[in-house]
Amino acid sequence: MTVGQQPILELQGITKSFGGVEALRGVDFALYPGEIHGLVGENGAGKSTLMKIIAGVHSEFSGRFLIDGKEMHFRSARDAHAAGIAMVHQELSVAPDLTVAENVFLGNQPTNALGLVQWRRMAREAGEQLARFGIDVDPMARLGDLPIGLQQLIEIARVLFSGARIVILDEPTSALSPPEVERLFATLRRLREEGTAIVFISHFIEDILLVSDTVTVFRNGRKVAETASAATSKGALIEAMIGRGGEALEHSYADDLMLPQPSDSKVVLRVDQLSLSRSLQDVSFEARAGEVLGIYGFMGCGQQELSRILFGKLKPDSGTLAVDGTRKTFASTAAARRAGVALVPESRRDMLFHQEPVYKNISISILDRISALLLKPVQERDIAKRQVDQLQIRPPVVGLDLGMLSGGNQQKVALAKWLTYPPKLLVLCEPTRGMDVGAKNDVINIVRDLRTKGLAIIVLSTEPETVLSLADRILVLKRGALVREFRNEPVSKDRLLEAA
Amino acid sequence: MSSETALATGRRARGLAPFLRSQMRNIAPFLTLIFLSAFFAFASPSFATLDNLGNILTQVSVTGIIAVGLTFVILCAEIDLSIASIANVTGIAVAYFTLQESYVNIANIPLPGAVAIILSILLCALLGLVNALGLTVIGIPSFIMTLAMMQIAAGISALLVRGQIAYKVPDMITTLGSGSVSGIPWIVIVAAIMLLGGHLVLTYTRFGRYVYMVGGNREAAEYSGLNVKLILGAVMVISAVCSGIGGMLGVAHFGSAQQNEFDTYLLDSIAAVVVGGTSLFGGRGGIGNTIVGLFVLGVLNNGLDHVNIDSFLKILIRGLILLAALVINVYAQRLREKAAE
Repeated sequence: MTVGQQPILELQGITKSFGGVEALRGVDFALYPGEIHGLVGENGAGKSTLMKIIAGVHSEFSGRFLIDGKEMHFRSARDAHAAGIAMVHQELSVAPDLTVAENVFLGNQPTNALGLVQWRRMAREAGEQLARFGIDVDPMARLGDLPIGLQQLIEIARVLFSGARIVILDEPTSALSPPEVERLFATLRRLREEGTAIVFISHFIEDILLVSDTVTVFRNGRKVAETASAATSKGALIEAMIGRGGEALEHSYADDLMLPQPSDSKVVLRVDQLSLSRSLQDVSFEARAGEVLGIYGFMGCGQQELSRILFGKLKPDSGTLAVDGTRKTFASTAAARRAGVALVPESRRDMLFHQEPVYKNISISILDRISALLLKPVQERDIAKRQVDQLQIRPPVVGLDLGMLSGGNQQKVALAKWLTYPPKLLVLCEPTRGMDVGAKNDVINIVRDLRTKGLAIIVLSTEPETVLSLADRILVLKRGALVREFRNEPVSKDRLLEAA
Repeated sequence: MSSETALATGRRARGLAPFLRSQMRNIAPFLTLIFLSAFFAFASPSFATLDNLGNILTQVSVTGIIAVGLTFVILCAEIDLSIASIANVTGIAVAYFTLQESYVNIANIPLPGAVAIILSILLCALLGLVNALGLTVIGIPSFIMTLAMMQIAAGISALLVRGQIAYKVPDMITTLGSGSVSGIPWIVIVAAIMLLGGHLVLTYTRFGRYVYMVGGNREAAEYSGLNVKLILGAVMVISAVCSGIGGMLGVAHFGSAQQNEFDTYLLDSIAAVVVGGTSLFGGRGGIGNTIVGLFVLGVLNNGLDHVNIDSFLKILIRGLILLAALVINVYAQRLREKAAE
């Protein structure tokens, strides 16, 4: 369909390295107007790096960069923007304290002759734009008050309607519910009809196959395949991505899965009648040693608050916590850590130090175990090195700044912080969100391994697959209340969705 | 300045240009120092002498002592505006607890020297603790909290001296503030020891690491199970105690204790830390940077006295230099963030 047409964007022999680590090696990439181009690959395969080059975020690389056949060199994201390129990043970047309308028009609010913002016009136009997207919200509502999924849709809408000719979407669907994904896809198809070129990165290969015309597969910084979406299958793509038999790795969880007999081992955590205004109501449960307890629920069901209470970051209005039978009221996260509780929050940005080397990221939670007063850098590096080897963190260089690692490897570092001296209770929020199949499996194996070591593990997720792949027992949280427990019975994605 | 930073960035940034860019925070103040020294040495024959080096060292000592604690605070991405006031009130307190000459008209409480010193240090530590509690327990931003403390400490000073001037301080303080040993002023030695101590704590202790991590990403520090409030509180107390020590020695150095005599030290100390290249956003920099910053300010203040220049213009020049340092500081942060992408 694209034969003979001139690509709107063409990259030739792109190579980019970070401190001697090659993230991209000689990649060619072409994008045509009116095309939705899917991009798949494991974390660290180079997708995001390539997109950041296109969006002007990385300005130093080698290779040719052509737009409409003309060679260009962007020095900043602003240059790329001026050339009609817009990108929705994986991490939400909205202004939660501003109104919906202000967010939609961020940076180019309509003004009158005096330079004053025309609020009424802005609200009306924002409402119209969002309605085109099927979003019905009050344009003057504070954005931060809306559910995360809706916030993300609004951010995507802003970029899609910014008039860009090339739109890059990095994992846009991870926080969206199925109907929201449908709406997004309908809009993408409409924009395609209007001639916009769209790059769509996702770990949800079904999504890619559903919406894209062409798929490109990356592996280890190289482009390994480019094919028409109609001519390929999920299995074939996974195989190309990871270079080994992919079928067995991706479990669809459509069928019933039998949960094991509940364990009667020691109760590590007992939560009784926990309540937090508007977020949690009378939540009671227990977590046992050597068991993975899954807590499933939709975005905003109170999972996040629950995990923060367990780690002493939030204080509940009422209710009690007991660790190993002792009642606890955590005054700080340090108190929770000392009591043997560890948390990996859903956002890696929140728990890692991007400008510090990997080893300092790993050792920060255990410094008081290895040094009373003076630091012991050699021991610190040794411990980090062991974790890096054990969790197969790539590149295996403990002195590298954390920001140079790919998302999946950063997630492993986030886990590694807690594993040198394993806690009694490990709370994981969305442990595999935004990760590719290979990294996901690595994390799943790490968690299973920890379970056999006798840790009590709680996995909170809004993705049924995550909970199903890990949990021995599953609780369903709905609007802050526990509504269903699955134990010693068949469970499937459908049953979970139904319960929530 | 920290060797670890240099090591980490050095490994990442191959090639000279990226390395220099990532090290701009450390290089720029150093170049400024060399440039200023060369300029004044050229402009005035009396500048580049050993005697004058001694002068500069003595002149920056009080600022240096105060700046040690302030470096901790700024590394945590907080600020302490009460340093000069706390220095002043501590200096006045130590005089208040010392027997004054009969012509000094202050209703003071004479105590033995050691007791006077301990009480004064307790006073500044207490004021620092109030700062700490306001910041961590109540949650008042440090900018506002220490602004209030600036006024509170000034108020206590005013009540103690009531517009009078005290002259006597305990003998030990007199020696450390204005005495010297084999030609080297004690106050320079004390400043050097405190700067070295600060550097050792920041670089080689667990607490120092926590300070950098809290400054680098406070949220992540909390999610790593650090007691962030405790660390921030400790840093505010350290700052107040350093200020207090600077204040006591300063009073001995000036030979008198009176209201408002430390006012210029607030700006000088902040300038020393920031001009040296410690990031206002926290997590980057250190005592090494502060030392370079102190020398930049010291050379500038001293050098301007050696060349023939309108003394009122000096104030403006200092302001402009501070502005330039702020621009570099913010710019260096941006370059680093860009390099980390």
